[in-house]
Amino acid sequence: MPEAVVFIAFLEASVRLGVPLALAAMGETITERSGVINIGLEGSLISGALGGAMGAMALGGPGGGLLVGAAAGAFVAFVFAAFSIGLGTDQIITGTAITLGGLGFTGAIYQARFGTTGAALSVPTLAPVPIPVLSDLPLIGTALFAQAPTAYLAYLVAPALWFFLYRTEWGLELRAVGEDPDAAQAAGVRVLWTRFWATVFGGTMAGVAGAHLVLAHAGTFAENMSAGRGFIAIAVVVLGRWNPALVLLAAFFFGAANALQFQGQALGLDLPYQLFLAFPYLLTLVALALGVGRSRAPAALALPWPKQQL
Amino acid sequence: MTLEMRRLSLAWTAAAAVLLTLALAAGSLWLGGFNPLSAGAAMMRGAFGSSTAILSITMVRAVPLILTGLAVALAFRAGVWNIGAEGQLYAGAVAAVWVGLVGGELPWFVLVPLVLAAAAAAGALWSAVPALMRVRLGVGEVITTILMNFVGVYLAAYMVVGPLQEARGVFNQTDPIAEAARLPLLVEGTRLHVGFLLAVLIGVGMWAMLRWTRVGFEIRAVGAAPRAARVAGMISADRVVLIAFLASGAIAGLAGGVQVAGVTFALYEGLSPGWGYTAIAVALLGGLHPIAVIGTGVLFGALGAGAAEMQRTAGIPQSWVTAVEALVILSVLAVDQVRRRTRA
Repeated sequence: MPEAVVFIAFLEASVRLGVPLALAAMGETITERSGVINIGLEGSLISGALGGAMGAMALGGPGGGLLVGAAAGAFVAFVFAAFSIGLGTDQIITGTAITLGGLGFTGAIYQARFGTTGAALSVPTLAPVPIPVLSDLPLIGTALFAQAPTAYLAYLVAPALWFFLYRTEWGLELRAVGEDPDAAQAAGVRVLWTRFWATVFGGTMAGVAGAHLVLAHAGTFAENMSAGRGFIAIAVVVLGRWNPALVLLAAFFFGAANALQFQGQALGLDLPYQLFLAFPYLLTLVALALGVGRSRAPAALALPWPKQQL
Repeated sequence: MTLEMRRLSLAWTAAAAVLLTLALAAGSLWLGGFNPLSAGAAMMRGAFGSSTAILSITMVRAVPLILTGLAVALAFRAGVWNIGAEGQLYAGAVAAVWVGLVGGELPWFVLVPLVLAAAAAAGALWSAVPALMRVRLGVGEVITTILMNFVGVYLAAYMVVGPLQEARGVFNQTDPIAEAARLPLLVEGTRLHVGFLLAVLIGVGMWAMLRWTRVGFEIRAVGAAPRAARVAGMISADRVVLIAFLASGAIAGLAGGVQVAGVTFALYEGLSPGWGYTAIAVALLGGLHPIAVIGTGVLFGALGAGAAEMQRTAGIPQSWVTAVEALVILSVLAVDQVRRRTRA
C-alpha cells in the first residue's frame, strides 16, 4: 500500500511542522488575550533556536537546549514587554524592532561564534519517543504518537491553557484585562503585571518552539531559520479564534500546508508548492473577512494602557 | 506646543536616538570582542570611502529604502499601520518584470513609464485588500498586511519557477527584461540609476502634498486624531484612510519596480532582503517626515554598504546591521517616551 505509506508520511510531517507553530501560537494566544499583540514573536522564536542549539551543546543534551531556548525566548519577550508595557511604546512598532533585533543579533552571535561561513553545528537531537499502544493505531498512530516530546507538550498545553482561560479565576482576570483594562483595574486586577507575565509566557513558548526547530527538526542552527514562523503563529491565533484548542488544530492545518512542500509530489499533486504555502495565509484572510477576527479578538488588543496623551 | 517647538523637539529626538543607537551598537560590538572604533572606520570606508562606494553602493542601496520608507511614513502619518511594504514591493516587482518582458517592442520612453506604472498599480492593488478589509469590514490592518506579505513573497517565488521562469528553465529566476525597459543611469560610469532621482522627487512631492494640499491636511488630521476628525464632520476618515493606504502601497510597489528596472533587471526569490521591514526603521528615524526619510534612507543604505566592508576587514558579521536597525527603532521609541513623560 504505497499510498497509505505516503499519506502517513504526510500526516507525520504535518504534525512535526505544526508543532513549533502550535507552541508559539498557543503562547501568543495567552499574550493576545491580555490585550498585547507581540509581533516580536519571531525574535523570540529565532532566539529560542539559537539558545536551543548552544544550550544543547554546552549542557550536553537536548533537555538543556530546551531550557536555554525557553529562557532565550522569554528574555526577548521581556525586552518587548519592558518597552511596550513598561514604557508604553506602540506594540506594533516595538514588535517589529524586536523581530529585527532577534534575527540580527542571533545571526551576528552565530557568525561570531561559529565562523562567517556558518559551519553546520552538530547538535544533540531530540529523538522521537513512540507512545506504547497509541503509536500502533492505524494511520494516525505514528503521525501523532511517535513524535518528539515537544509534540506531546503541545498536546498537553492546549487543554491546560483552555482550562486556565475559561475555568480559573486567573484566566478570567487575564481575559478581563484584554477586553476592558479600565474595568479590570477597577475590579482590583493588576493590569500591567498581568500583561507582563502573559507576554513573557508567550515568549517562553516561542523559545521552546524555536528550540524544537533545532533539536527535533533541523538538527542544526541556521540564520533566519525561523523563516517567518513567528508571524505565521500570529495568523494561526486568528484562525484559531484565540481559543487554545482551536489554535492547536489551526497550527496543524498550517503544518499540513507546509508538509505538501515535501510530500506534494509523492501525493500526486501537480501544483507548485509555493501556491500551497500561500494557501493558509489566504484562508486566514478570508476567515478575517468573514468576521472571525472581529467577533473574537480581545477588545483592547494592541492598545497601550493607560491611555496616553499625544 | 507651537510648530517650531515641535520641529525642534523632533530634531532632538532624532539626535538623541542616534547617539543612543551609537552607544548601544558600540557596546554590543565591544561585548562581542570587536573593536568599535576600527569597525566604525571600516563602515565609513565601505559607505563613503570612494566615489564608487558613495555613488554605486550607498546611494544605489538607498533607493528601495527611501521608497519603502516613504510608503511607511505616509501610511503611519494617516494612522494606517501598513506593515505590508514587503509584499507590496514584491507585487510591484512581479508586475514590472512582466511588463518589461512582454513590452520589448516598445520604445523606452513608453516602456519605462509603463513598467513603473505597472509596479505602482500592483503595489496599490496589493494594499487594496487590507485597505478595503479595514474600511469596509473593520478588520485591523496589522495582521492582514503581514499575511499579504507572505502571499506576495510566495507569489514571486511561484512566478520564477512557473509562468515567468527563464526560457532555459535552469535557475529560479526570470529572463532579463528588455533593454528598453531599464532605467537610464543618473551618472555615467557608475551604477546609480535615475530611480534615486525619482525617489527624491516623490519624497519632496509627498512633503508638499502633506503640507499644502487639502488631502494632505486631511491625512494629517485623521492620523493625529481620527475621532476628532470624524466628529468635526469635515472629513470622511474612511476615504482618507483608503487614499493613504493605496498611495502607500503604490510607492512600495514602485520600490520593487525601480529595483528590477534599475538594478537587477530580473526577478528571483529573495529579491528583497526585508526592505519592507527595514522601511519602518527608516520612516521612524526620519520622524515620518518625507524629506528626513530621504536622509535616513541614505543613512541605512550606507549602513548596508558599510556592513560588507566591516565583514571583510574587521570580521564583523553582516547580520549585525539588522540588529542595529532594531536598536534604531527602540532608541527612537525610548527617547520619544522619555520626552513625553518629562513634559507631562
